[in-house]
Amino acid sequence: MKKILIVGANSAIAAAAARQWVGQGVSLVLAGRNPDRLSALAADLHVRGGSAVKIVEAIYDATDRTAHAALVEGAWNALQGLDGVLIAHGSLPDQKACEASVAQTLMELETNALSVIAVASLLANRFEAQGRGVIAVIGSVAGDRGRQSNYVYGAAKGMVGLFLQGLRNRLSRKGVRVVTIKPGFVDTPMTASFKKGALWASADQVASGIVRAMERADGEVYLPGFWRLIMLIIRHIPEAVFKRMSL
Amino acid sequence: MKRYQSWGRIDAEPSRVYALSDRQMALPTASFSMLPFGNGRSYGDVGLNRGGALLDTAGLDRFIDFDPASGILRCEAGVQLDHILSLAVPQGWFLPVTPGTRFVTVGGAIANDVHGKNHHVAGSFGCHVRQFELLRSDGSRRLCSPQHDADWFGATIGGLGLTGLITWAELQLRRIANPFLWTEAIRFRNLQQFIELDAEVAPRHEYTVAWLDCLAGGAGRGRGIYFVGDHAPSLTQLPLYQARRRRLPLTPPWSLVNGLSLRAFNQLYYHRPLATGQTLTHYEPYFYPLDSLLEWNRMYGPRGFYQYQCVVAPEAGAQALDRLLQAIARSGQGSFLAVLKRFGDQASPGWLSFPRPGYTLALDFPNRGDATLQLFRELDAVVLDHGGAIYPAKDATMPAEHFRHYYPAWQRFSAFVDPAFSSSLWRRVMAA
Repeated sequence: MKKILIVGANSAIAAAAARQWVGQGVSLVLAGRNPDRLSALAADLHVRGGSAVKIVEAIYDATDRTAHAALVEGAWNALQGLDGVLIAHGSLPDQKACEASVAQTLMELETNALSVIAVASLLANRFEAQGRGVIAVIGSVAGDRGRQSNYVYGAAKGMVGLFLQGLRNRLSRKGVRVVTIKPGFVDTPMTASFKKGALWASADQVASGIVRAMERADGEVYLPGFWRLIMLIIRHIPEAVFKRMSL
Repeated sequence: MKRYQSWGRIDAEPSRVYALSDRQMALPTASFSMLPFGNGRSYGDVGLNRGGALLDTAGLDRFIDFDPASGILRCEAGVQLDHILSLAVPQGWFLPVTPGTRFVTVGGAIANDVHGKNHHVAGSFGCHVRQFELLRSDGSRRLCSPQHDADWFGATIGGLGLTGLITWAELQLRRIANPFLWTEAIRFRNLQQFIELDAEVAPRHEYTVAWLDCLAGGAGRGRGIYFVGDHAPSLTQLPLYQARRRRLPLTPPWSLVNGLSLRAFNQLYYHRPLATGQTLTHYEPYFYPLDSLLEWNRMYGPRGFYQYQCVVAPEAGAQALDRLLQAIARSGQGSFLAVLKRFGDQASPGWLSFPRPGYTLALDFPNRGDATLQLFRELDAVVLDHGGAIYPAKDATMPAEHFRHYYPAWQRFSAFVDPAFSSSLWRRVMAA
């Protein structure tokens, strides 16, 4: 892979992946909402990658429905085609606030699910047409089962997961790989206020897993891998029991 | 979970930690004092703020600009020297000054005005800082350099992190032809011989440092090994170098460093066979022998250890060093990392900078409570007698009046301390 679009490049995991890619000589389109942070990241990548890599900045607001097509079109043109996309943008909704506000709930679904599906759909068609490409999306273990503590977020991630399953099924014979990344707890600014324990991984570790997965995986990838087992157990707790638990 | 402790394993839980990730953002408005925290490699309490807030700069780790033609690098304050080396060495540039670990941040290197084995020719880290941005709690941002806001520049270099947050800095790197150095090790039998050797050899070499066997008594007192090094010029064939990293996997329940292990180590190390003539050595094992054993500070056990680093005036020479070694020998507490070096005359722009002309001695001591503190006060007396000073980056115990004596600029400096900033060390040395 030589040309990758990163949507939500300002996220800590995506930025860490971007550093690894420029180290390998990959050119990048960085899409993100905050222009200052985006240029700070781009400058860093310029220094690390040297003149051999091309870094393009694209301001992108996931809640703007006219933005998706423009982003994909612009990125494609900027690097004259793409080999892969990492969709990493998202927010961590305040579950309590969502319970009190339908508008907030819908907005979170827009950010974490609908915009992801829009970008993935547009690129799926382009990749299908060229007969190759990798679509990687950062989902979450939270999407594996609805839990009282964050089911708006979980529902969005679950929706994305199902969508990608179907997309993978559709594209599996077209040379296009679809990778659902499911990180567990990651120590990033998004989770700064959480108490951290042994299950937490660093953004760098998860980024390495993503870079590896985008090289060859085609399916669902838990990062770190032990989350596959944890979520297997959690998914298999009978609903009659689960509904009484406070996870 | 990240623990906010110093390298000597001093714990001082902050009330709050703010993880900074955006240099454009304003500082938090906290009701308690703040202190920037880099990578926790200073030994004592200079980087700690018990009961206050820490501004964790690990997320301020972006490069901003690098010109491979001039070697001028601009980066955020949380970038570690290790990251700079990874970027710059393959392009023919090296740190102008490096301390004994590369796992320190640029912000920390400036705040402590760190020094290295080339102090006698290059001065301290602060001598190679071209400019930086200082963010104050009132929201103001100052571009500080020797030409612009020079007072703030001088106050902040060696300013112990108290004048505000350094968001980014610009450094002048040093040209190299390859990652290797020509090195040589020379044994000396006592302090007088060290001083003569240093006077003869140091002017011809960029890097010099000596290891002292601080347990040897009698005629052997002050014996050790003198190491010189110089960046190798272009070579047609470079040796292979394979980096190895190991980690001390756990903290033993008691210190592995004790009288027995120290005596054995010092005896063996002094008498180890030395290569005759010059050896080609990669910069990693030469500058950072301890960095290959990650978390080596664990070997001192859960009680941790202290570093004691002082400098004594050049004319005090062998006599002052001999008194220090005698006091250590009497106390029966040895150090296996006893490092001796002569600082040069190049003044730092930093008002509170530690390096000054003279001989600097750095020692590690397992924390044995009162016995260790008593020894430090004995050593302090020698340092005071011989126009010396103690290095705040390694200190956890120096009395307030000593600090003010060693750093007479403290009064001028204190007007530049950000009203919202403080540290455990600063409160200690400012206590009446």
